[in-house]
Amino acid sequence: MQPKSHAFKESARDAIANENLQTALGNLKEGFIAARANAAAGLKEFEQMRDEAREIKNHTLANLDYYLDQFEQKVTEQGGTVHWCATPEEARQTILDLCRQYDAKKVTKGKSMVSEEIAINDFLEANDIEPIETDLGEYIIQLAKEPPSHIIGPAVHKTKDEVADLFHEHHQKYGLNERLTEAEDLVAEARKVLRSKYFEADVGITGANFLVAETGTTTIVTNEGNGDLTQMLPDAHIVISAIDKVVPTLEDMATILRVLARSATGQEMSVYTTLSTGPKREGDLDGPRAFHVVLLDNGRSELLGTEKHDLLRCIRCGSCMNHCPVYHAVGGHAYGWVYPGPIGAALDPQMIGIEDAFHLPHASTFCGRCEEVCPMRIPLPKIMRHWREEAYAGEVTPARERRVLEAWAFVAKRPKLYRSLTGLGMRVMGLLGRRKGRFKRLPFARGWTKGRDLPAPEGRTFMAQYQAGRRR
Amino acid sequence: MTAPESDRPQIGLFVTCLVDLYRPNVGFAALKLLEDAGCDVTVPAAQTCCGQPAYNSGNRADTIDIARQVVDAFDGFDYVVAPSGSCAGMLKSHYPGLLADDPAYGARAAEMSGRVWELISFLTDVCGVTEVSAKCEGSAAYHDSCSGLRELKVKDQPRRLLASVEGLEVRELPTADTCCGFGGTFSVKYGDVSTEIVNRKAADIRETGADMVLAGDLGCLMNMAGKLKREGDRTKARHVAEVLAGMTDTPAIGEGS
Repeated sequence: MQPKSHAFKESARDAIANENLQTALGNLKEGFIAARANAAAGLKEFEQMRDEAREIKNHTLANLDYYLDQFEQKVTEQGGTVHWCATPEEARQTILDLCRQYDAKKVTKGKSMVSEEIAINDFLEANDIEPIETDLGEYIIQLAKEPPSHIIGPAVHKTKDEVADLFHEHHQKYGLNERLTEAEDLVAEARKVLRSKYFEADVGITGANFLVAETGTTTIVTNEGNGDLTQMLPDAHIVISAIDKVVPTLEDMATILRVLARSATGQEMSVYTTLSTGPKREGDLDGPRAFHVVLLDNGRSELLGTEKHDLLRCIRCGSCMNHCPVYHAVGGHAYGWVYPGPIGAALDPQMIGIEDAFHLPHASTFCGRCEEVCPMRIPLPKIMRHWREEAYAGEVTPARERRVLEAWAFVAKRPKLYRSLTGLGMRVMGLLGRRKGRFKRLPFARGWTKGRDLPAPEGRTFMAQYQAGRRR
Repeated sequence: MTAPESDRPQIGLFVTCLVDLYRPNVGFAALKLLEDAGCDVTVPAAQTCCGQPAYNSGNRADTIDIARQVVDAFDGFDYVVAPSGSCAGMLKSHYPGLLADDPAYGARAAEMSGRVWELISFLTDVCGVTEVSAKCEGSAAYHDSCSGLRELKVKDQPRRLLASVEGLEVRELPTADTCCGFGGTFSVKYGDVSTEIVNRKAADIRETGADMVLAGDLGCLMNMAGKLKREGDRTKARHVAEVLAGMTDTPAIGEGS
């Protein structure tokens, strides 16, 4: 997808005015927060598990070259192939070449955020290969021709009614003419439509939640089982993933799994945890003939050792956005790129540049709830603030804003000057606002007064009164 | 400062810019509460703001200058107390990092960090205050400001003291720990988003049916009061210190005289 993050303000305004979206977001907010809270309370060692999970990733990142090497070696030993791709372009081309190698006309896909990063669907379509999303949420937004709005619930912005309309429109070609409205019926219909696709596909593409170095295993967690069919039935299984997904051992993976689902949906475990280790072996009943892992960097390695290093611990659970007041207000699409919410605000600038992504790390109240619930304890506000500092130092922050701030700072650094200016200003504002106690409109604070009144100051400042001798 | 001969704890009050400019009553309430708790309070003249407007806008250089100014102004006090979780959090949790590489100020900022307290938690956790002598008729919903809650763990302390206010019924606000959407300069730069967030907060406050909404940070209070007033709502907004000090005879935030 093309980044639209520069238009955050306009997109946010549209999102706030979109009633369907607001209904959908309301449901999400209630559900996820309560579910995560219950799951965390239900496991007495949850906080300790978070620490352990963080340490596993810290250790892995400190030895990333070693574990990636080991992972490749083990994949190769099992009969698979690892393809290293520095850029989205390389990853797309690698996947296309593989699809052509297997004469693929149709490709089924499990859910993968990295595949969104490289916009693989558009690329395959442009090259006459039909990609079919098999995760229900991804399938819905594929029909709607929209990007995901949430990293674990891609269609979370859609109401049931909107899904009913979409299915009614797109499923008639299969002879399914009735407009169904119940959630269960809609799921059953999607299942029916997708069933045959699994058998028609020549290649199955999935993401990976984990790459296990000691065994060369890739692991996905799903709630629908669609990933299993996607990777088992076609001739070739291509895993598209990124270098930050590697963990040393199966046991390490198990530790992180314990915090993943609890943080994401509040489940103890996702319904399916599926491990893929190489292609079908002799004696195996099922499995693909070929197994490829496409490993993307896309700026990740540049984060190593920087003040944004901690981002590489992210396990894409979505907990930060589930708890974010800004995400709740505007949804995922307003962020304008693949990763929305706090993780997107901290990560997207690395991938699309701070010029394009300027608003994302700025559009946060720094309430800190994302960091509070992040299973990997990523200091998201701190990283957003680093982006703000880089934007400021690099003059990406608008000149007008910098001039205002610097003028304010000039005064704030001179207490006597500050006193005389603010003393006068507050007396004037106090007088103007005395009767009502507030302002409905102020020319220099339109961003505030458009939707709220601005309380008026009392009049004489505290310091003026204190210096005049008032003590109580 | 000139150290007075006294066994009483010597407090430097960090007034905060919003209290200084918008709501001096909160500053005087803080003075009263601290003195009632047995402290000697001084208000250093060389203070303006904690620097968050610059810090949160990415202007690190000016933030560092302001941080040095605060460290200088509050040298020598036993404690630095602020009627704000946000500003106290800035002094306590962020200054040490900002000044870490500064040979002259690094160690001083780290040392000061250990002396910095948010007002209400200072009263309960350091002074051992368990009740106040204030009266206030009506019901109140308490909102947890984010920085106080998450950086300084201020949660039970204000509720405990409010429970001792004669005539006051404290009602739990179901989303008390959800941000009100203020966020400092965010509230102006992203006014639409900020307004949408406070819309929901105002609805939650209204649902409690309380006469008042209280909090420990003036920024959040101005945001919530501004929204409630815009909607014609009669719920009054006050800083928790005003209620605890029994200083509720002035108009509430956003109300005329």
